[in-house]
Amino acid sequence: MSVFIGSMELGLLYAIMVMGIYISFRVLNIPDLTTEGSFTFGLVISALFVTKGHPVLGLFMAIAAGAVAGIVTGFLQTKMNIHPVLAGILTMSGLYSINLWVLDGSSNLTLLGTESIYTMLRSQFEGLSRDTVELMIGAVIVLIVIVILYFFFQTELGLAIRATGDNPDMVRASSINVDTMKMIALAISNGLIALCGGLITQYQSFADVNSGVGTLVVGLASVIIGEVFFGRRSLTIGFISCVAGSVIYRYIIAIAINSQWFPAYMLKLVSSIIVALALALPVIKTKIVESKAKRRRKSC
Amino acid sequence: MLEVNHASKIFAKGTPNQKIALRNLNLSLKEGEFVTVLGSNGAGKSTLFNAICGSFILDEGSIRLDGRDITFLSEHKRARQIGRLFQDPMKGTAPNLTIEENLALSYSRNSKGLFSKAVGKKERELFREKLRTFDMGLEDRMKTKIGLLSGGQRQVVTLLMSTIVTPKLLLLDEHTAALDPATSEKVMEITNRIVKENNINTLMITHNMASALVTGNRTIMLDDGEIIFDMTEEKRKGMTVSDLMVMYSEKKQQNFDNDRILLSN
Repeated sequence: MSVFIGSMELGLLYAIMVMGIYISFRVLNIPDLTTEGSFTFGLVISALFVTKGHPVLGLFMAIAAGAVAGIVTGFLQTKMNIHPVLAGILTMSGLYSINLWVLDGSSNLTLLGTESIYTMLRSQFEGLSRDTVELMIGAVIVLIVIVILYFFFQTELGLAIRATGDNPDMVRASSINVDTMKMIALAISNGLIALCGGLITQYQSFADVNSGVGTLVVGLASVIIGEVFFGRRSLTIGFISCVAGSVIYRYIIAIAINSQWFPAYMLKLVSSIIVALALALPVIKTKIVESKAKRRRKSC
Repeated sequence: MLEVNHASKIFAKGTPNQKIALRNLNLSLKEGEFVTVLGSNGAGKSTLFNAICGSFILDEGSIRLDGRDITFLSEHKRARQIGRLFQDPMKGTAPNLTIEENLALSYSRNSKGLFSKAVGKKERELFREKLRTFDMGLEDRMKTKIGLLSGGQRQVVTLLMSTIVTPKLLLLDEHTAALDPATSEKVMEITNRIVKENNINTLMITHNMASALVTGNRTIMLDDGEIIFDMTEEKRKGMTVSDLMVMYSEKKQQNFDNDRILLSN
């Protein structure tokens, strides 16, 4: 039972990151590797503020930190004309040093015995069980994020960002600065990813500079799993499918580990295979159809 | 209205691939003029459009639009006053956005603020009304993704998008060339109507000489980066396609002779 609830909790928290990745990957059409750095950046910033006694402020600072990372990547992509994937790698790599610097050179930091939003709200709602409070925190934050994104993407700015991923030429022709739109989108995307990092560190009362490794693939896998169930329809459904995908991903992992199909260290490989297969699926499908057609004509 | 003065542009300057795209080109449009632009491939028609739109900055010369110097203005800022259509119907619309969202995006030139709702009730009503005038049933498909429309339909929507906030200048780059004859005629008819109703200054590139002579009220022909002739309404009246061809080859011959004189000296 506790695995069931634990996976749900993690799934909800990571859903915030998955929505961030969805914005760069599906809305902007850019695989943004900044993710791995900005996730940890949010995580260490949040941890730092927790140790100073400001857990809530820490979450907002995490968002700001992630947004700055996103703007840097956006700047490299647009103004400096660096390949989007490379621009992300550069920011991610640079952030590794910055993250260590935030933690004063040590690679991890324990937050046990400090006040986080989890301890705060647990003492606030003493009548409820620990799991219920933790689940509620995740669910409420996810809901707030979805509602904000829902309204945002219907504004003129939101519409311009969506069109930028679809047809930048047309956006430029509508007198909108494409470079600015990309930077804003990457700022929002990485802000969400960093917020996720900030929440995770308070949830587990622990910060580690290596916790960002592989987050992009995890996020992509969640996006894709969500799309298997919901299809690719409107943006709002997309965000909801991100949440579902993220939770389902955690369950797949929990089941796999509990049934001992593979050891825990194989997780990243499995995630990579899921993403690779899902992205290759269209090609595999057409190949199968083609070879069937070939065989049919040969046998005639 | 539009003034292009001594515009020059050389691509890949100083390399073996050097190409003189615009040669000291001068063009001046008066208020309400609809100019058709002729010229063979590589004559510099599209380059002229790109220069006006700001895809690149001129090596020499200046461009003024409605009294304002736009020579060094960035592309998206110029787009506030310039509407442009391409031959490729895919180019002017975002396929995964709905018709109304596409229209809203270009309508945002009249921005009410970045965080205001893009497609409100008032906008939807306006778009529906405008689409109805095309008589293509598009007004009932406002929530359809543009990617699902045919090329002709997309081009009509693009036309509306680039004129929904009346531009100072409309540039049409063979915008009917990729369409079948019937659709092409329909799009042309809509174009004429929109341009006339809003009195928009227009430049239209076309390869159809016959239609170039009867569309709008002035025709120019480009060759090798310069305007080789410029005919106002009276001058081109009574002109036929074969007259045009004769004029063109005479002009070419003249240039050829000039070259010969130059080389033999």
